[in-house]
Amino acid sequence: MSTPQETVERALALSEADDCIVIVDEGSTANLRFAGNTLTTNGVARSSQLTVISVSGQGVGVVSRAAVRPDQLAEVVAAADAAARDAQPSDDARPLAEGTAMDGWDREVEPTSIDVFRDFAPALGESFASAEASGRKLYGFAEHIMTSTFVGSSTGLRLRHDQPTGRLELNAKSADMSRSAWTGVATRDFVDVDVAALDASLAQRLEWSKRRVDLEAGRYETILPPTAVADLMIYLYWTAGARDAADGRTVFSRTGGGTRVGERLSPVPVRLYSDPAYPGIECSPFVIAHASSREQSVFDNGVRLGATDWIADGTLRNLLQTRHSAELTGLAATPQIDNLIMTGPEGGRSLEEMVASTERGLLLTCLWYIREVDPQTLLLTGLTRDGVYLVENGEVVGEVNNFRFNESPVDLLGRVTEVGASAQTLPREWNDYFTRTVMPAMRVPDFNMSTVSQAN
Amino acid sequence: MRQIDPDFLALPLRRLADAALQRARDLGVEHAAFRLERVRAETLRLFDAGLEGSMDADDLGFAVRVIKDGTWGFASGIELTPEAAARAAEEAVRVAAVSAPINREPVELSPEPVYSDVTWVSAYDVDPFDVPLRDKVALLSEWSSNMLGAVDHVSASLMQVKEQKFYADTAGTVTTQQRVRVHPVLTAMKTDGDRFDDMRTLAPPVGRGYEYLTGTGWDFPAEIAEIPDLLAEKLKAPSVDAGAYDLVVHPSNLWLTIHESIGHATELDRALGYEAAYAGTSFATFDKLGALHYGSPVMNVTGDRTAEHGLATVGWDDEGVAGQSFDIVSDGTLVGYQLDRRMALMKGFGRSNGCAFADSPGHVPIQRMANVSLRPAEDGPSTDELISRVERGIYILGDKSWSIDMQRYNFQFTGQRFYKIENGRLAGQLRDVAYQATTTDFWRSMEAVGGRQTYVLGGAFNCGKGQPGQVAPVSHGAPSALFRGVRILNTVQEGGK
Repeated sequence: MSTPQETVERALALSEADDCIVIVDEGSTANLRFAGNTLTTNGVARSSQLTVISVSGQGVGVVSRAAVRPDQLAEVVAAADAAARDAQPSDDARPLAEGTAMDGWDREVEPTSIDVFRDFAPALGESFASAEASGRKLYGFAEHIMTSTFVGSSTGLRLRHDQPTGRLELNAKSADMSRSAWTGVATRDFVDVDVAALDASLAQRLEWSKRRVDLEAGRYETILPPTAVADLMIYLYWTAGARDAADGRTVFSRTGGGTRVGERLSPVPVRLYSDPAYPGIECSPFVIAHASSREQSVFDNGVRLGATDWIADGTLRNLLQTRHSAELTGLAATPQIDNLIMTGPEGGRSLEEMVASTERGLLLTCLWYIREVDPQTLLLTGLTRDGVYLVENGEVVGEVNNFRFNESPVDLLGRVTEVGASAQTLPREWNDYFTRTVMPAMRVPDFNMSTVSQAN
Repeated sequence: MRQIDPDFLALPLRRLADAALQRARDLGVEHAAFRLERVRAETLRLFDAGLEGSMDADDLGFAVRVIKDGTWGFASGIELTPEAAARAAEEAVRVAAVSAPINREPVELSPEPVYSDVTWVSAYDVDPFDVPLRDKVALLSEWSSNMLGAVDHVSASLMQVKEQKFYADTAGTVTTQQRVRVHPVLTAMKTDGDRFDDMRTLAPPVGRGYEYLTGTGWDFPAEIAEIPDLLAEKLKAPSVDAGAYDLVVHPSNLWLTIHESIGHATELDRALGYEAAYAGTSFATFDKLGALHYGSPVMNVTGDRTAEHGLATVGWDDEGVAGQSFDIVSDGTLVGYQLDRRMALMKGFGRSNGCAFADSPGHVPIQRMANVSLRPAEDGPSTDELISRVERGIYILGDKSWSIDMQRYNFQFTGQRFYKIENGRLAGQLRDVAYQATTTDFWRSMEAVGGRQTYVLGGAFNCGKGQPGQVAPVSHGAPSALFRGVRILNTVQEGGK
């Protein structure tokens, strides 16, 4: 097998198209999955994906193949070149970004391995023993992924990005499965994961759950913890495409045409933004696009990404744009970035302080099975999961039944009464796709719990 | 019948399997399985009849799974050499060793006959990867153009997958399989004043080839011709009054309700808690087998991996178990689960019913869904006859939004089209409809199922489950069915408007 850098150079040299972009993704993963205080599945895997994007006039051809041997390279490049020659003109065709080799381009790929869990696995085993002795059962998943992406172009780009992604989900249940608590952390290397401390926090929540209070469906003052806010804001972010908004299809469409950019969405000066350099959740500082869609363009590969406000001072500032859609909408070209940060006013309180100042309300653990009901209002439905706690006079007094909710995150921004301090959090629902978030807790005075769920 | 592609058979399948399995035996495993896969997927998307993007990608690699001292170990590789296969076997054994401190339940598998060098190919006529991209774009563009003018925008997409698998294990089973699936979708969009809405084709994804787009199994031109008028009517339709209604549900909607509230609820790994931290568990716990009153007496549900054109149909699963058909709900009572070999032995079923599947060479096989289908009634009623039995109700077609809780109790679904039923007749479309229910309440409210003439095989390419996340294709057959007294929400009111 060739090195990814050699593959990029050879593929670019082989292409006879007007322009060419070559992306090589070298991936490695290691994972452990467990249930009921025992291992269920595990594994390590490697992957290598070559994507050749050939440009002929305004036509583009994209061919992506796994595990390509050096003797197969010419065939893949020829297929992409032929597809480009055969293609209709692409609306998003633009001159490719230009550049040179970045520092570190030539470094070897450093894959992850099962050894990333060398300290974590025994610690988890100790937590299993401790949980078993205390009548708890632990469930969850630990995964570490290392992806090295190499982007080269006929216009001189030689960019690479090494992305470590780690996550641990830990779920504790009582022996009879009637009580459940969850926590999760995002990590770059598992060195900072204290599984015993996480298990201890779950044990406390299971204690809270011993007193059960049944509540009817209805609107309740609700404290959404950072993980729940992350899941709602990620959905908002994913549906913030400028073209769909301009076409009148989304909650960000302005009545009568155009988008709602510039419109105030929240009375609270919240800021929702992305920043590739944000400490602890660093992500690619340039566009990596394997295929064109309404929110990304292969022609934008290599375009530099900087801190971008989506919402600032409570006002919608930007939508997800390609260079092409930015021209269509007359707005700034602001491509999607792989992290998301939300902050409220200075001096935001911790989740514990927010609970302590609550006269009567619900404290959620997380949200689950979130799906869109109405794109024009961004009405979402989903469930509460793994602990809904009743707070009275500043203290958790028991666990409430689960609910199905129907709410729009955009509408929630307009009704939020408190935004807490922000901290890194793992989204419960969307962490298969999006792990890099910093979010606050939010207080909503009238969260719509549409019906009671019997699930526990 | 189609044959397995020669270029897949030309890969060093047996040499790699022999190297991996021999190395695993040398290291003292109790069991080892080798799987080499190539999954090719092409997706193209058009907007307003112009190509927006296309991607032709494949995934190629192999996996070795072992049981060593009662603990699973798994490793995959991408370099197709005997040396790399042997190294993967060694790595799988090492993964088992690192994992041993957290394994408290020794792994054993249910017995299965040995299948020596058998092959299977799904039922299709035209390999979609043999059709030039420009021809596919031209067809979708023509269909899109036929709607433009009457609607504001049209999006179109076509997903095509060819999955090739070679499997060999230390018991001596060797299988080689190839299957093809396609999913064309067209969505029309239109604004009427301040109202925006869309409507898409009801054509389900199928285990067929490109012939599905050219007249076999579905009449796309006829369906597309109806959509602009149907969408215009929907835009002018009144908003539903929330409350309890009788429902006649078309299979294009009911397949998804079956998937979520029966298919997932009767996966034994969920019932046993293996998915408890992620996809969730099931209200249909193992102690309820043979006793749970799941639905009304007209409810009969089967699982199968044998239905022609079914998306979950295979010859053998990813543990070397032959595809089978089995009962899940009989006359309204829970009588079966979907199994893999470990769970089948653990819970005394004797034999797995063949529901292990891995979506790529980099993933372990887990218990995935068979084609779980609601049986039609012999000589049962037509959809019109079902509608005629309803005084005040709603007729629902097509799927859209869906959500269900982590024990498969509480669900909420919307759809593509909703018709008011008044005194046994359709009385125009409605808007803003969602139905919400508890699984057993819903299925117990099913008064009648339609006959074979109402039966359609629906499904999806992308059922998600497991960690790391895996997607699986699955079909669900259903007749039209009549339900009494189901809660209907007005989705605009739910949004507080």
